Amino acid sequence: MTKRVLIADDEPNIVASLEFLMEQAGFEVKVASDGRAALGLVASFRPDLVLLDVMMPVKNGYEVCQQLKGDADTRGVKVILLSAKGRDVEVAKGLELGADAYVTKPFSTRELVAKVKELLGT
Amino acid sequence: MSRGALAAALVPAAVALVILGVGAGFLWGDLDPREREAIGAVLTPARIGLLVLFGLALVTVLAVLGHRLFARLAAPARRLAEDVRVIAQSNAAHRVAPSGAAELRVLASAVNELAEVRSALAADVAATVADANARVEAERSRLAALIAELDQSVLVCNREGRILLYNAAAQRILGGGDASLLGLGRSVFGIVDRNLILHAVEAMERQLERREREGTYFVTATGDGRLLRVQAAPVPEQAATGADVSGLAGYVLLLVDVTESVDAEAKRVALFQRLVEGTRAGLASIRAASENLAAHPEMEEGQRTRFAGIIQEEAVRLSDLLHATTADASERLKVRWPLEEMRGEDLLTLARSRIERRVGQVTKLESVDPELWLRVDSFSLAQGLGYLARRLQEEFAVREVRFRLLPAGGHAQLDMLWRGAPLASETAFAWQNEPFTLGGEDSPLTLAQVIERHGGETWYQRDLPAQLAYFRLLLPLAEGRRGNRGRGETSSRPEFYDFDLFRRSAASEALDERPLADLEYTVFDTETTGLNPAEGDEIIAIGAVRILNGRVLGGETFESLVDPQRSLPEASVAVHGITRDMLAGQPPIDAVLPRFRRFAEDTVLVGHNAAFDMRFLQLKEAQTGVRFEQPVLDTLLLSAVAHPEQGSHSLEEIAGRLGVNVVGRHTALGDALVTAEVFLRLVPVLSEHGIRTLGEARAAAEKTYYARLKY
Repeated sequence: MTKRVLIADDEPNIVASLEFLMEQAGFEVKVASDGRAALGLVASFRPDLVLLDVMMPVKNGYEVCQQLKGDADTRGVKVILLSAKGRDVEVAKGLELGADAYVTKPFSTRELVAKVKELLGT
Repeated sequence: MSRGALAAALVPAAVALVILGVGAGFLWGDLDPREREAIGAVLTPARIGLLVLFGLALVTVLAVLGHRLFARLAAPARRLAEDVRVIAQSNAAHRVAPSGAAELRVLASAVNELAEVRSALAADVAATVADANARVEAERSRLAALIAELDQSVLVCNREGRILLYNAAAQRILGGGDASLLGLGRSVFGIVDRNLILHAVEAMERQLERREREGTYFVTATGDGRLLRVQAAPVPEQAATGADVSGLAGYVLLLVDVTESVDAEAKRVALFQRLVEGTRAGLASIRAASENLAAHPEMEEGQRTRFAGIIQEEAVRLSDLLHATTADASERLKVRWPLEEMRGEDLLTLARSRIERRVGQVTKLESVDPELWLRVDSFSLAQGLGYLARRLQEEFAVREVRFRLLPAGGHAQLDMLWRGAPLASETAFAWQNEPFTLGGEDSPLTLAQVIERHGGETWYQRDLPAQLAYFRLLLPLAEGRRGNRGRGETSSRPEFYDFDLFRRSAASEALDERPLADLEYTVFDTETTGLNPAEGDEIIAIGAVRILNGRVLGGETFESLVDPQRSLPEASVAVHGITRDMLAGQPPIDAVLPRFRRFAEDTVLVGHNAAFDMRFLQLKEAQTGVRFEQPVLDTLLLSAVAHPEQGSHSLEEIAGRLGVNVVGRHTALGDALVTAEVFLRLVPVLSEHGIRTLGEARAAAEKTYYARLKY
């Protein structure tokens, strides 16, 4: 069965690449441009993994992650935080809040895809 | 005639009359009827008249003798006693003028001889003391000169925050707004936020307990909006042996104006953040797009054009960002945030005592690594934790919070935990982003900002199995600051002098209970257009000087001419020598009184014939809104209490009696200075009369005759 990936980021330029990458890797992809929309899509689209930008309008990535991991229904959804914030305390916060991986921008597309596949077991 | 003299005349006369009467009665009673008859025959009316006349003459002679005896013995003896007391208590140079009986004159010259010998002895002692004092004073002035020369602003305060010493640089940095706030013996709380000082004092006390003298840092804003970085260094109390250090006697504050540098630093940090984050995001887009292009040569044309467009667009944005940043950044200097290095355990102690005192919550320590040193702004952090605790208590009835502080990677992890009461993440987020208020204290900062300033992170989390919820703070560690940093035994005496104020303790008791010698005074005098304030006379000059610790502070005076906004009678010009021209352009009374009130704040007012000056001030209350509610002492009344037998209590007379040099009379400041000296010499005399506290002095003054004199 095709795995589903949700991309949540408000920067269209990075979304274009992420969308292309995930489709090329054979996933079904949907895009949200803020935190609340992302939570809505998690409920309707039921993704297996979310690529979550930290700095987003309405609800930031930390909050979305905490909410996903705090809810028994969505705890199983893998979360990769993508962030332009790269200090150790920010990384620690992301992982403490339950993210499965924290990737600092800029990143290697090859490694990102590898990480996604690893988390999804494909 | 005085009551004493009257009694001296009347008592012997009355006694003689009684003796004569009783004697005659007895004689008459002892006679048998025959003898009575014989005497009755002898006593013709003329002879009886003669006998009565004789009796009256005897009585008169006795009365005159009694009166003369009083005038020559008793009255001079009383005066002599009072003169001896003046010599003994207030003016050793005073001499007795011989008067009265020869024996008393001899006694008077003997007293004068004794006074001479005593003066000579006192002079010897004074010379020895002066020599010793001169040496101490020389050391003290070397220290004062050293501090005065420093470019850095220095304030020395005692434990209660009274200023013992300040230098010119401190006056420049703090006096900008209002010079009258800075003065010896004044409270430093008038200049620096009380909470910050108390916080620093608490931190320094903890350091002293561990025999450390690191001092502490904080930043405060002045009245005119500048930021000062303050370094507080403790002055330990010296035990009698001089060896062991116990509590905090006071502290030294070093002040640096960091308004510009803090501002620059804030911008620099923001700039750096913008650059880093802006670059990361842009680079991420470029890298992903280019890697896509490289990895998928078979990509269709539309997609290819899109990625190429992204690369170009992001590259232009990055270049612009870089240009803007470098142009902006070149001016910024690297300045350290005023973060202090402190033991994590101490931070928790400060935060806990704040929460227990201000919020009334129970706090517990779950686990703490005692070797953990942090680099923090402890005041803001303690404020922030206190704020969270208060909201937990008010909104979720949480009665107990616990703390845990452990190392985690390259930073410290501080948790504030509580049981039950889960929080919505939105609520936690909102709390972190609202400015704190705590116990009437407002801060413009939010917890998020405070944490950001530390380069840390904070979030709210729940531990469901343990039914615990907590706020976690990631805080920076102090570099190379692990292990014992104590400086060991403080064996050498710190170079501090015996500033008497160090020994003062805060006045918890009411002013009335305080000894006269301990109080702070503002001695003042006014010059006026005339003597009748109710009929339109006005103040034209106010002069004042402060007394602290039994010393007139000649360097801290208040002097102002006042435009009375009315004509100036010639007769008054003859008294005070102030002319119309001198008053032109001077401030009116409503501008001068508020300044004077500030100068006299928290002190007892002293004036000579103060009722007169107070009447003028009271009549201005309605117009200026300035009330003087502190206690007032009057040297005229106090002198009458101290020396009731002396006829005059004019300022000149008292000054002469007490050996005070009179200079510059009839200028407000000149009179205030004389009054101040007079007052200081009256205090020990009053003490001999059993008048030692302010309350006793006020009660005694009220009782004197002069108190009934009203203006």
